[in-house]
Amino acid sequence: MKKIKNREDLERVRKRIVKKSDPNKPCITISSGTCCRAYGCQKVTKAFITEIEKQEIRDKVEVKTTGCLGFCERGPIVVIYPKGIYYQRVTIEDVSEIVTETILNGKIIDRLLYIDPVSGKKFVNGEEISFYKKQMRVLLKNNWLIDPNKIEDYIINGGYTALSNALFKMTPEQIIDTIKRSGLRGRGGAGFPTGVKWENCRRANGDLKFIVCNADEGDPGAYMDRCILEGNPHSIIEGMIIGAYAIGSHEGYIYVRHEYPLAVKNLKIALNQAREYGLLGNNILNSGFDFDIKISIGGGVFVCGESTALIASIEGKIGEPRAKYIHTVEKGLWNKPTNLNNVETWANIPIIINKGSKWFSAIGTEKSKGTKIFSLVGKINNSGLVEVPMGITLKEIVYEIGGGVLNGKKFKAIQTGGPSGGCIPEKLLDLPVDFEKLKETGSMMGSGGMIVIDEETCVVDLAKYFLNFILDESCGKCIPCREGTGRLSEIVERITSGKAKIEDLKLLEELSHVVKDFSLCGLGQTAPNPVLSTINYFRDEWETHIKNKTCPALVCKELIQYYVDNGKCNGCGVCKNLCPQKAILGELKNPHSIVQDRCISCGICHENCKDNAIILSSPRGKN
Amino acid sequence: MELEKIDKIIEKYSSDSSSLTSILSEIQAEYSFLPQDVLKRVAEKLEIPMTQLFGVVNFYKIFKLEPSGKYIIRVCLGTACHVKGAHGILEEFERKLKIRVGETTKDLAFTLEKVNCLGCCSLGPVAMVNDDHCGQMNAVKVNSLLKRLSSSGKY
Repeated sequence: MKKIKNREDLERVRKRIVKKSDPNKPCITISSGTCCRAYGCQKVTKAFITEIEKQEIRDKVEVKTTGCLGFCERGPIVVIYPKGIYYQRVTIEDVSEIVTETILNGKIIDRLLYIDPVSGKKFVNGEEISFYKKQMRVLLKNNWLIDPNKIEDYIINGGYTALSNALFKMTPEQIIDTIKRSGLRGRGGAGFPTGVKWENCRRANGDLKFIVCNADEGDPGAYMDRCILEGNPHSIIEGMIIGAYAIGSHEGYIYVRHEYPLAVKNLKIALNQAREYGLLGNNILNSGFDFDIKISIGGGVFVCGESTALIASIEGKIGEPRAKYIHTVEKGLWNKPTNLNNVETWANIPIIINKGSKWFSAIGTEKSKGTKIFSLVGKINNSGLVEVPMGITLKEIVYEIGGGVLNGKKFKAIQTGGPSGGCIPEKLLDLPVDFEKLKETGSMMGSGGMIVIDEETCVVDLAKYFLNFILDESCGKCIPCREGTGRLSEIVERITSGKAKIEDLKLLEELSHVVKDFSLCGLGQTAPNPVLSTINYFRDEWETHIKNKTCPALVCKELIQYYVDNGKCNGCGVCKNLCPQKAILGELKNPHSIVQDRCISCGICHENCKDNAIILSSPRGKN
Repeated sequence: MELEKIDKIIEKYSSDSSSLTSILSEIQAEYSFLPQDVLKRVAEKLEIPMTQLFGVVNFYKIFKLEPSGKYIIRVCLGTACHVKGAHGILEEFERKLKIRVGETTKDLAFTLEKVNCLGCCSLGPVAMVNDDHCGQMNAVKVNSLLKRLSSSGKY
């Protein structure tokens, strides 16, 4: 590929690509993000290519692999253009029928369509499905259309127009002003105004400045950044080049976690293509501006998502955070002014430049503008990635987009903000989602994980889970976090094993505030949030664990007991064969029983009993 | 140990400490772990104290000081997987492989690890075998997976 020489040349290249492509030519797109790969999308793609060759229709139809379409629950998803026919859970067995019936004969295959579980209605077009209908997909829209390994696909969909406009029609000050006016706030969790950060970095002393993209998406239960990295890497690159030009930087880094191998691969390909096209490197589009990006791979450490720890990690040091009174915009990477933004923040930049700050700031609430991608997962019917305007209520997300709680169970809470966030109970479901409102509940926006929990999830166990997570991930530099989370975890452990006294709850709260107030970085300062928010909204459940030694959700192993319901057990022997402790006794076709001394409450018998004859009870010792 | 090979890897990068993690990653990709004499060579070449090098190796979870098994099984313990029973999956792997998390079986067939989120939360509980994801895991699937992977039929 020849380098694009200038602004006019970019438009010529775009026209050439448009001319080459025929919008009416049938195109089979296969969603190929990490989730869909687990469902076997690569085999499906291969099968399509083989079938098309077999039927000798290579000239008549195009096959394209795209990034994640968001409805991960239903993968692999195949969308057939130009009509936009949406087939879900496609397997290799369906491929030949799709090619013959849909591509050649124009017929729709009913069984592959999505059926709404509530209304029973079938949908041909994906956009109409309730999961997508309420969303406002600004950032994720192009994931449907783009092969992430083809820069041409990005360009044909308007890619690098924003860069061209920024370089030739705007001054750095105008760009910063546009971003400030748009009201964009950092999508990594803290919500700092992006334009202000850029301005501070531009004003900072020094000629050498750095741009960093934080792609160390470590929050458990959140994967929206992965989706953009894998599905639309050029949007991040374009955002970074614009940011670099505005700030006056010539070197950028993308710090991406090693747990995302596909994201790393697609990013590397995208960077190379951008260089080949002359969109990265020296004298970009003949503007006189130089900028390039390096990839730095994370080492599997959660705290490296914290800005100062991340910077230390890029420098090849131990990824420990430092005190925040020295701002990274003044002294960051190698002590030079550094502007660090999250993946989703960078991906928003080209959109704001293209559509203008007014368009962007019209979306959302007073202080939180634009859209936000959430990963809606856990005990929810439609799990996947949802992009919604700020200000939408939690209820709309859970019930209208998410289709309600899995298996008809009762909704208990929604956990947001990862280990730094909290649980929001049912009574607050009408809450409009934005940075401030979520903080008021004692939780936070975080990077966008939303884990729905139902009546079968124990909030004490969940708090314990997050504490142990932090304990595991605390870098150990400051004492409140290193030791404090350890002691908090011990207290919660006593509670979940029935060894706590009621005074322990007060101690837990007190110590939580100490850890919150005195930890060095955000990790420790927010670590007690899951504990405090669940005590705030679910105090009864905590007290029941302590006073009655009972786990109402039947989760805490040391407070529950499994036994066989003789009336239901038909003696099939499945549980007996699966029990790792050989704790189940009984003759074939006769009711079995559990030897309580041997039982370790692993729950395998309960999980595999087709007759629901394994019953759970709490407290222990009743039966 | 072929130290020339190590030198070649080091030469590809700039000789300051900023390349340290990249160098170590590439060496580990070659050997599956970081042998002690290799670490000594890296410290010498980059002119950094062994203590500093060791600190970095210990801090980052990706680095290993002992050889890994043929199959590295990583059980996701992210929040979505946790509420769907991921800890039970990890325990089942421990029981079947007769090792604890973080350990490798004596025949170097399996290494069992935990990971805090693999980012495919809709598939939970998830386990990863080398580069392949296995979704919606349960105890029965753990058994069939190990049977399929284990050539000796031991697990």
